[in-house]
Amino acid sequence: MGFPFWLIAALTVAGGMAAVLLRNLVHCALALTIAFAGLALLFLQLDAQFAGFVQILVYVGAVAILVVFAILLTRGSETPKDGGVFSKTWGAGLVIAAAIFAVLAWAVLESRPGLPHETGTHNASVQEIGTALMGRYVLPLEIVALLLTAALIGAVIVALHEKKEEAR
Amino acid sequence: MAQPLVGYLLVAAILFSVGLAGALTRRNAIVVLIGIELMLNAANLNLIAFWRYGPHPEALTGMMFAIFSIAVAAAEAAVGLGLVISIHRHAQTTDLDQMNRMKG
Repeated sequence: MGFPFWLIAALTVAGGMAAVLLRNLVHCALALTIAFAGLALLFLQLDAQFAGFVQILVYVGAVAILVVFAILLTRGSETPKDGGVFSKTWGAGLVIAAAIFAVLAWAVLESRPGLPHETGTHNASVQEIGTALMGRYVLPLEIVALLLTAALIGAVIVALHEKKEEAR
Repeated sequence: MAQPLVGYLLVAAILFSVGLAGALTRRNAIVVLIGIELMLNAANLNLIAFWRYGPHPEALTGMMFAIFSIAVAAAEAAVGLGLVISIHRHAQTTDLDQMNRMKG
Protein backbone atom coordinates (compact mmCIF):
# COMPACT_ATOMS: atom_id res chain seq x y z
CA MET A 1 0.00 0.00 0.00
CA GLY A 2 2.50 2.54 -1.09
CA PHE A 3 3.07 5.16 -3.72
CA PRO A 4 2.44 2.82 -6.70
CA PHE A 5 -1.07 1.99 -5.49
CA TRP A 6 -2.09 5.63 -5.13
CA LEU A 7 -0.56 6.50 -8.50
CA ILE A 8 -2.46 3.69 -10.27
CA ALA A 9 -5.65 4.49 -8.35
CA ALA A 10 -5.44 8.16 -9.33
CA LEU A 11 -4.83 7.19 -12.97
CA THR A 12 -7.80 4.82 -12.98
CA VAL A 13 -10.19 7.27 -11.35
CA ALA A 14 -9.03 10.08 -13.64
CA GLY A 15 -9.57 7.85 -16.67
CA GLY A 16 -13.04 6.89 -15.48
CA MET A 17 -14.01 10.51 -14.81
CA ALA A 18 -12.71 11.62 -18.19
CA ALA A 19 -14.66 8.78 -19.84
CA VAL A 20 -17.97 10.10 -18.57
CA LEU A 21 -17.18 13.84 -18.67
CA LEU A 22 -15.52 14.52 -22.03
CA ARG A 23 -17.61 15.92 -24.88
CA ASN A 24 -16.04 14.03 -27.78
CA LEU A 25 -17.03 10.37 -27.73
CA VAL A 26 -13.76 9.18 -29.24
CA HIS A 27 -11.91 10.84 -26.38
CA CYS A 28 -14.34 9.13 -24.00
CA ALA A 29 -13.41 5.74 -25.46
CA LEU A 30 -9.69 6.50 -25.09
CA ALA A 31 -10.15 7.59 -21.46
CA LEU A 32 -12.14 4.39 -20.87
CA THR A 33 -9.19 2.38 -22.18
CA ILE A 34 -6.91 4.15 -19.68
CA ALA A 35 -9.33 3.30 -16.85
CA PHE A 36 -9.42 -0.36 -17.94
CA ALA A 37 -5.62 -0.52 -18.10
CA GLY A 38 -5.40 1.06 -14.63
CA LEU A 39 -7.80 -1.57 -13.31
CA ALA A 40 -5.65 -4.30 -14.86
CA LEU A 41 -2.64 -2.84 -13.01
CA LEU A 42 -4.64 -2.83 -9.77
CA PHE A 43 -5.46 -6.52 -10.34
CA LEU A 44 -1.76 -7.23 -10.87
CA GLN A 45 -0.98 -5.35 -7.64
CA LEU A 46 -3.43 -7.67 -5.88
CA ASP A 47 -1.42 -10.73 -7.04
CA ALA A 48 -4.21 -11.70 -9.42
CA GLN A 49 -2.05 -12.18 -12.49
CA PHE A 50 -4.59 -14.17 -14.46
CA ALA A 51 -7.40 -11.68 -13.83
CA GLY A 52 -5.09 -8.80 -14.75
CA PHE A 53 -4.16 -10.27 -18.10
CA VAL A 54 -7.76 -11.31 -18.78
CA GLN A 55 -8.72 -7.71 -18.06
CA ILE A 56 -6.17 -6.46 -20.58
CA LEU A 57 -7.23 -9.00 -23.21
CA VAL A 58 -10.99 -8.61 -22.82
CA TYR A 59 -11.40 -4.95 -21.92
CA VAL A 60 -8.42 -3.10 -23.37
CA GLY A 61 -8.35 -5.45 -26.34
CA ALA A 62 -11.97 -6.19 -27.18
CA VAL A 63 -14.50 -4.00 -25.37
CA ALA A 64 -12.65 -0.75 -26.06
CA ILE A 65 -12.42 -1.61 -29.77
CA LEU A 66 -16.12 -2.53 -29.75
CA VAL A 67 -16.97 0.86 -28.22
CA VAL A 68 -14.89 2.66 -30.84
CA PHE A 69 -16.65 0.70 -33.61
CA ALA A 70 -20.06 1.61 -32.18
CA ILE A 71 -19.08 5.28 -31.96
CA LEU A 72 -17.89 5.35 -35.55
CA LEU A 73 -20.91 3.38 -36.86
CA THR A 74 -23.36 5.73 -35.15
CA ARG A 75 -21.41 8.86 -36.09
CA GLY A 76 -21.35 9.64 -32.39
CA SER A 77 -18.13 11.64 -32.61
CA GLU A 78 -20.15 14.64 -33.74
CA THR A 79 -21.08 16.48 -30.57
CA PRO A 80 -24.73 17.58 -30.46
CA LYS A 81 -25.37 21.18 -31.40
CA ASP A 82 -28.42 21.75 -29.21
CA GLY A 83 -27.98 21.61 -25.45
CA GLY A 84 -24.99 19.92 -23.88
CA VAL A 85 -23.89 16.33 -23.72
CA PHE A 86 -25.76 15.94 -20.44
CA SER A 87 -29.43 15.03 -20.24
CA LYS A 88 -32.14 17.33 -18.92
CA THR A 89 -32.31 15.50 -15.59
CA TRP A 90 -28.57 15.52 -14.93
CA GLY A 91 -29.00 17.16 -11.53
CA ALA A 92 -31.06 14.29 -10.16
CA GLY A 93 -28.61 11.73 -11.57
CA LEU A 94 -25.68 13.51 -9.96
CA VAL A 95 -27.45 13.65 -6.60
CA ILE A 96 -28.25 9.91 -6.76
CA ALA A 97 -24.65 9.03 -7.66
CA ALA A 98 -23.26 11.24 -4.88
CA ALA A 99 -25.68 9.72 -2.35
CA ILE A 100 -24.67 6.19 -3.36
CA PHE A 101 -20.99 7.10 -3.09
CA ALA A 102 -21.60 8.55 0.37
CA VAL A 103 -23.36 5.36 1.49
CA LEU A 104 -20.61 3.13 0.05
CA ALA A 105 -17.78 5.15 1.57
CA TRP A 106 -19.56 5.30 4.91
CA ALA A 107 -20.10 1.54 4.87
CA VAL A 108 -16.45 0.85 4.03
CA LEU A 109 -15.03 3.23 6.62
CA GLU A 110 -17.50 2.18 9.28
CA SER A 111 -16.77 -1.54 8.90
CA ARG A 112 -13.01 -1.01 8.85
CA PRO A 113 -12.31 -2.95 12.08
CA GLY A 114 -14.28 -5.97 10.84
CA LEU A 115 -12.66 -6.20 7.44
CA PRO A 116 -10.34 -9.17 6.86
CA HIS A 117 -6.69 -8.28 6.72
CA GLU A 118 -4.82 -11.47 6.00
CA THR A 119 -1.33 -10.65 4.90
CA GLY A 120 -0.22 -14.05 3.66
CA THR A 121 0.25 -13.88 -0.08
CA HIS A 122 -1.19 -16.60 -2.24
CA ASN A 123 -0.23 -16.52 -5.88
CA ALA A 124 -2.99 -18.19 -7.82
CA SER A 125 -1.11 -19.95 -10.58
CA VAL A 126 -2.76 -20.43 -13.95
CA GLN A 127 -2.55 -24.17 -13.37
CA GLU A 128 -4.62 -23.89 -10.19
CA ILE A 129 -7.19 -21.75 -11.98
CA GLY A 130 -7.38 -24.19 -14.86
CA THR A 131 -7.83 -27.13 -12.51
CA ALA A 132 -10.58 -25.29 -10.64
CA LEU A 133 -12.29 -24.32 -13.91
CA MET A 134 -12.24 -27.90 -15.13
CA GLY A 135 -13.23 -29.35 -11.76
CA ARG A 136 -15.37 -27.42 -9.34
CA TYR A 137 -16.46 -24.68 -11.73
CA VAL A 138 -17.06 -26.73 -14.86
CA LEU A 139 -20.83 -26.14 -14.93
CA PRO A 140 -20.55 -22.31 -14.72
CA LEU A 141 -17.86 -22.51 -17.40
CA GLU A 142 -20.18 -24.38 -19.77
CA ILE A 143 -23.02 -21.96 -19.02
CA VAL A 144 -20.73 -19.00 -19.79
CA ALA A 145 -19.76 -20.68 -23.07
CA LEU A 146 -23.45 -21.02 -23.96
CA LEU A 147 -24.11 -17.41 -22.91
CA LEU A 148 -21.25 -16.08 -25.04
CA THR A 149 -22.49 -18.03 -28.06
CA ALA A 150 -26.03 -16.75 -27.54
CA ALA A 151 -24.77 -13.19 -27.09
CA LEU A 152 -22.69 -13.43 -30.27
CA ILE A 153 -25.63 -14.68 -32.34
CA GLY A 154 -28.00 -12.23 -30.67
CA ALA A 155 -25.75 -9.23 -31.28
CA VAL A 156 -25.38 -10.15 -34.96
CA ILE A 157 -29.15 -10.63 -35.38
CA VAL A 158 -29.98 -7.38 -33.56
CA ALA A 159 -27.51 -5.32 -35.58
CA LEU A 160 -28.33 -7.03 -38.90
CA HIS A 161 -29.78 -4.99 -41.74
CA GLU A 162 -33.52 -5.45 -41.93
CA LYS A 163 -33.82 -4.21 -45.50
CA LYS A 164 -33.67 -7.74 -46.94
CA GLU A 165 -37.40 -8.41 -46.62
CA GLU A 166 -38.27 -5.23 -48.48
CA ALA A 167 -35.92 -6.18 -51.29
CA ARG A 168 -37.50 -9.59 -51.76
CA MET B 1 -3.59 3.59 5.69
CA ALA B 2 -3.06 0.49 7.74
CA GLN B 3 -5.43 -1.73 5.82
CA PRO B 4 -4.79 -1.97 2.09
CA LEU B 5 -8.24 -3.47 1.55
CA VAL B 6 -9.87 -0.17 2.59
CA GLY B 7 -7.96 1.67 -0.14
CA TYR B 8 -9.09 -0.77 -2.82
CA LEU B 9 -12.70 -0.65 -1.62
CA LEU B 10 -12.69 3.16 -1.68
CA VAL B 11 -11.25 3.23 -5.21
CA ALA B 12 -13.95 0.77 -6.28
CA ALA B 13 -16.63 2.93 -4.63
CA ILE B 14 -15.36 6.03 -6.47
CA LEU B 15 -15.29 4.19 -9.80
CA PHE B 16 -18.80 2.81 -9.23
CA SER B 17 -20.18 6.26 -8.45
CA VAL B 18 -18.44 7.83 -11.45
CA GLY B 19 -19.90 5.12 -13.70
CA LEU B 20 -23.35 5.57 -12.18
CA ALA B 21 -23.17 9.34 -12.62
CA GLY B 22 -22.17 8.85 -16.26
CA ALA B 23 -24.97 6.36 -16.87
CA LEU B 24 -27.57 8.65 -15.30
CA THR B 25 -26.53 12.04 -16.64
CA ARG B 26 -25.28 11.58 -20.20
CA ARG B 27 -27.51 11.86 -23.25
CA ASN B 28 -25.59 9.53 -25.54
CA ALA B 29 -26.48 5.84 -25.26
CA ILE B 30 -22.86 4.76 -25.84
CA VAL B 31 -21.62 6.79 -22.86
CA VAL B 32 -24.35 5.20 -20.76
CA LEU B 33 -22.92 1.80 -21.74
CA ILE B 34 -19.42 3.06 -20.87
CA GLY B 35 -20.73 4.02 -17.42
CA ILE B 36 -22.23 0.55 -16.95
CA GLU B 37 -18.89 -1.04 -17.90
CA LEU B 38 -17.14 1.12 -15.29
CA MET B 39 -19.61 -0.01 -12.64
CA LEU B 40 -19.07 -3.68 -13.52
CA ASN B 41 -15.31 -3.18 -13.33
CA ALA B 42 -15.60 -1.56 -9.92
CA ALA B 43 -17.50 -4.63 -8.72
CA ASN B 44 -14.74 -6.86 -10.13
CA LEU B 45 -12.13 -4.84 -8.23
CA ASN B 46 -14.08 -5.45 -5.03
CA LEU B 47 -14.24 -9.19 -5.72
CA ILE B 48 -10.51 -9.47 -6.39
CA ALA B 49 -9.59 -7.32 -3.38
CA PHE B 50 -11.72 -9.44 -1.05
CA TRP B 51 -10.24 -12.60 -2.58
CA ARG B 52 -6.71 -11.32 -1.96
CA TYR B 53 -7.22 -10.17 1.64
CA GLY B 54 -9.88 -12.68 2.66
CA PRO B 55 -9.23 -15.64 4.93
CA HIS B 56 -9.21 -18.34 2.22
CA PRO B 57 -7.45 -17.17 -0.93
CA GLU B 58 -6.58 -20.74 -1.91
CA ALA B 59 -10.29 -21.46 -2.54
CA LEU B 60 -10.14 -19.05 -5.54
CA THR B 61 -13.81 -18.11 -5.08
CA GLY B 62 -13.52 -14.37 -5.61
CA MET B 63 -11.12 -14.83 -8.51
CA MET B 64 -13.51 -17.22 -10.28
CA PHE B 65 -16.44 -14.89 -9.68
CA ALA B 66 -14.47 -12.01 -11.18
CA ILE B 67 -13.48 -14.06 -14.24
CA PHE B 68 -17.09 -15.13 -14.89
CA SER B 69 -18.21 -11.55 -14.32
CA ILE B 70 -15.72 -10.35 -16.94
CA ALA B 71 -17.11 -12.89 -19.44
CA VAL B 72 -20.73 -11.85 -18.76
CA ALA B 73 -19.77 -8.16 -19.01
CA ALA B 74 -18.18 -8.80 -22.41
CA ALA B 75 -21.40 -10.43 -23.63
CA GLU B 76 -23.39 -7.51 -22.24
CA ALA B 77 -21.18 -4.99 -24.03
CA ALA B 78 -21.57 -6.81 -27.36
CA VAL B 79 -25.36 -7.02 -27.13
CA GLY B 80 -25.71 -3.47 -25.77
CA LEU B 81 -23.64 -1.91 -28.52
CA GLY B 82 -25.51 -4.00 -31.11
CA LEU B 83 -28.76 -2.58 -29.74
CA VAL B 84 -27.39 0.97 -29.93
CA ILE B 85 -26.40 0.45 -33.56
CA SER B 86 -29.82 -1.03 -34.33
CA ILE B 87 -31.62 1.90 -32.66
CA HIS B 88 -29.41 4.34 -34.54
CA ARG B 89 -30.42 2.68 -37.80
CA HIS B 90 -34.13 2.98 -36.98
CA ALA B 91 -34.26 6.40 -35.32
CA GLN B 92 -31.10 8.04 -36.74
CA THR B 93 -30.10 9.08 -33.23
CA THR B 94 -28.29 7.80 -30.16
CA ASP B 95 -29.68 10.61 -28.03
CA LEU B 96 -31.60 9.09 -25.12
CA ASP B 97 -33.70 12.25 -24.66
CA GLN B 98 -35.13 11.74 -28.15
CA MET B 99 -35.94 8.05 -27.67
CA ASN B 100 -39.43 8.73 -26.34
CA ARG B 101 -41.57 6.63 -28.68
CA MET B 102 -42.97 4.55 -25.80
CA LYS B 103 -43.60 7.57 -23.57
CA GLY B 104 -47.23 7.73 -22.44
